[in-house]
Amino acid sequence: MSYGWPILSTVTFLPLVGALLIFALRGDDDSTARNARYIALWTTLITFAISLLLWIDFDPGSAKFQFVEERAWLGPIRFHMGVDGISMPFVILTTLLMPLTVLSTYGAIKTRVREFMIAFLILETLMLGVFCSLDLVMFYLFFEGGLIPMFLIIGIWGGSNRVYASFKFFLYTLAGSLLMLIAILAMYWQAGTTNIPELLAHDFPPHMQTWLWLAFFASFAVKLPMWPVHTWLPDAHVQAPTAGSVVLAGILLKLGGYGFLRFSIPMFPLASADFAPLIYALSVIAVIYTSLVALAQEDMKKLIAYSSIAHMGFVTIGIFTLTMQGLQGGIFLMLSHGLVSAGLFLCVGVVYDRMHTHEISVFGGLVNRMPLYAVVFMIFTMANVGLPGTSGFVGEFLSLMGVFQVNTWVATLAATGVILSACYALWLYRRVIFGEITNPALKLIKDLSWREVAVMVPLILLTIYFGFHPNPVLDVTATSVEALMADFKANLAAAEQARLALVP
Amino acid sequence: MTEHLNLLPLLPELTLAVGAMALLMVGIGGRDEERGELVLWLSVAVLVLAGLFVAMGEGSVTLFGGSFIVDPFARMLKLLALTGAAVALIMSRDFWRNAGGIQFEYPVLLLLATTGMLMMISANDLIALYVGLELQSLALYVVAAFKRDSSRSAEAGMKYFVLGALSSGMLLYGASLVYGFTGSTEFSQIANAAQPSGANLGLIFGLVFLLTGFAFKISAVPFHMWTPDVYEGAPSPVTAFFAAAPKIAAMALFVRVVISAFPAITGQWQQIVIFLALASMALGAFAAIGQRNIKRLMAYSSIGHMGFALVGLAAGTEQGVQGVIIYLAIYLVMTLGTFAVILSLRRDGEMVEEIDQLAGLSRTSPLMALALAVLLFSLAGIPPLAGFFAKFYVFLAAVEAGLYALAIIGVLLSVVGAYYYLRIVKLMYFDEPVKGFEPMPRPLAVVLGAAGLLIMFFFVYPSPLVAAAGTAAKSLF
Repeated sequence: MSYGWPILSTVTFLPLVGALLIFALRGDDDSTARNARYIALWTTLITFAISLLLWIDFDPGSAKFQFVEERAWLGPIRFHMGVDGISMPFVILTTLLMPLTVLSTYGAIKTRVREFMIAFLILETLMLGVFCSLDLVMFYLFFEGGLIPMFLIIGIWGGSNRVYASFKFFLYTLAGSLLMLIAILAMYWQAGTTNIPELLAHDFPPHMQTWLWLAFFASFAVKLPMWPVHTWLPDAHVQAPTAGSVVLAGILLKLGGYGFLRFSIPMFPLASADFAPLIYALSVIAVIYTSLVALAQEDMKKLIAYSSIAHMGFVTIGIFTLTMQGLQGGIFLMLSHGLVSAGLFLCVGVVYDRMHTHEISVFGGLVNRMPLYAVVFMIFTMANVGLPGTSGFVGEFLSLMGVFQVNTWVATLAATGVILSACYALWLYRRVIFGEITNPALKLIKDLSWREVAVMVPLILLTIYFGFHPNPVLDVTATSVEALMADFKANLAAAEQARLALVP
Repeated sequence: MTEHLNLLPLLPELTLAVGAMALLMVGIGGRDEERGELVLWLSVAVLVLAGLFVAMGEGSVTLFGGSFIVDPFARMLKLLALTGAAVALIMSRDFWRNAGGIQFEYPVLLLLATTGMLMMISANDLIALYVGLELQSLALYVVAAFKRDSSRSAEAGMKYFVLGALSSGMLLYGASLVYGFTGSTEFSQIANAAQPSGANLGLIFGLVFLLTGFAFKISAVPFHMWTPDVYEGAPSPVTAFFAAAPKIAAMALFVRVVISAFPAITGQWQQIVIFLALASMALGAFAAIGQRNIKRLMAYSSIGHMGFALVGLAAGTEQGVQGVIIYLAIYLVMTLGTFAVILSLRRDGEMVEEIDQLAGLSRTSPLMALALAVLLFSLAGIPPLAGFFAKFYVFLAAVEAGLYALAIIGVLLSVVGAYYYLRIVKLMYFDEPVKGFEPMPRPLAVVLGAAGLLIMFFFVYPSPLVAAAGTAAKSLF
């Protein structure tokens, strides 16, 4: 259990060490680029290897925070880290995706490689910090600090309209988070602490919960993103380089869902119960509307971006059912979507590296030249649709099962989203892969290289493995989710008692 | 009856005043290139020496029948003001060299202005306050117009003088009303007399005029009009100085007067401060968007930042004053670092002030661009950079005092503010380079590097500043 060294800090800050090493690199452009890539790859791989120790030594029978580290930092705000069953899988997801993404940039990022790798490694530290923080202010620091490297990644290495997309991303997210900051300050004065475990046990007065919930909602809804504050995401995705899209879809979006699980539900249970219908409504709109919008897209990345929004709709529906299945399904779907959307964006990246466009109309008939690519793309498309036997199915099924117990109308409407997702995903697949090659530029396109195969294989294996055998993840999250639900129910019951006591 | 007068607490001010006069003697010995530089470095040494004397002081002492006070609050802000003055002076060396030689009057005038600031910070009486303020202001009017052959500089000096004199007049009028209605000029006596009960309309009139004067000095909206023109017109090193030290001294004065002279009628001045804060934040955020000149941009930026600092004061609590002090300290570092960049924007022997000329700076001077990007993100208040902690503490105080509306409007305005800082980052990082700049002079590079590192790694060990600000704030209550 204990290693005598702070394992969570090591995992979190190791990428930062790699970034400093790259910063110290000197020499001509070619050699720095090569060395920067090597250092980034090895740093992320070692980080992943160490993070596996977390998975191995994690005690799934306990709902408590584990691997806890605490030391003095800023008076009442302490340096405090730890993970539980909800955050630990996200840590592993992050450390897993990072080396794959770094590997995928070998063909894509050709200019300012050194700066790219530095920004990327800093981003990894900040994302890991969000999941590991057990102090509200520390959480906020990491949560919002991630804006800077992502802003630069989109803005420097992005497409032609990158400036617009990066500003929109930055300002949208900043506006949301700053409202959360005010809520954090108010919580500090109310509870006298920013320590997350203590705040989880603190009962905020009901009228305050409403406002705090709304402030946190402003931040997480933008981050997730939920309809109608989702418009930054398609722009950011289309303009971002492949690696940026992978991280954005794979991990950054999950920060919003994680925030709902960590803060909104356990800390403001009464408000969460009150606002659940709002979440349902927004999520159902997101699922149906963005799926329809996805059908009309002419750009592969934009289509996948809208599909991400729809999937996040399932996540929020699942989480706010506050049933065991719904919560587990929401978490599982986030993890699965982390793998699948990463895979899809990497697939787009593969053809983008060859053709420098992601317009759907440019492609067609790729199966003739790229059979291997067609297989890989097929697997991720099916997982995105939620075909049984892939991880996508487990998550969507559990979420729908959860919501069916609570509200059959929401379940029915959300289920149409599954059908729509099959429509746009399969149609995309048909337009890109099948048919004859009509575009002469595609006549000489090459199939996946070994490097690209190496990037895809882990994702494919995990997608299928968790499709057949989701228990490793579900077991890890179960105890924490049960504790979350028990706490939520107890709070609601207590509030009901208090309300009844007031009735004469 | 004579009491034994202990001048030891006055040592920093005496050092500066005597040092300024001595250096004047050194300066008139001859007019050659080396002499100007010698006076400049000696002035820096005098400022450092004064800083050491400030740091050596302990406890709270009052002098001259209670009109002069040295407490932890005064010491902390004096150190900040002295740092700002010394760094601004060091940064000015290469500018004046390129402009045809360092004239020894410049460092001497800055020393005199700094003496005035130290007296403002320690003032515990309306008369002492006015004397310190005028000593500072008169020296500043002269340095604003220091480039005599430039019409812009002369215009800046004139504008600053006319509007500054007007504000001094208002302040004096306010002081006379306060004296008339409370019967004293000393803050503690005023505090005893200024009670919420009873007819005190005249006193509140006086208070309003006093605050108007202060608002002029910290360039809070609606008394900010002089700032963009003076910032743009004054020679760049003078602008760097204006943006740093005098702001700190004026804010210190503002805080001390409202907290120690009018504690019982907090509600009366609180609404004025809230308005000043809101208006400054809003104008600073929106008006900066359209600026093309980087010095004008920094003027609007400083107006906005003073608004944020006032959010802390609006709370009117110890926590709030602590927030203001932290804000000023971090603002000082950010401003000096940014001006180090502005002062080194020189191409073909000419200073460049157009923001667009920064395009592609990350290619032509990567380290300078990195440091400036860190400072700009920090000015925008993005964590984990120091600027975030500055905003964090003022908003913490505002929320504690229940000023939710102010806090929410404030953070939303900081999003607007983030836009124009990001615009510069965008120019430096996303755009194609125009021509490179001349290499950065060493003093400027050192200042920029130090500022960048301080801002970037503040989060590693933030507690010393926070604790020092806490002690300083405590001494006012």
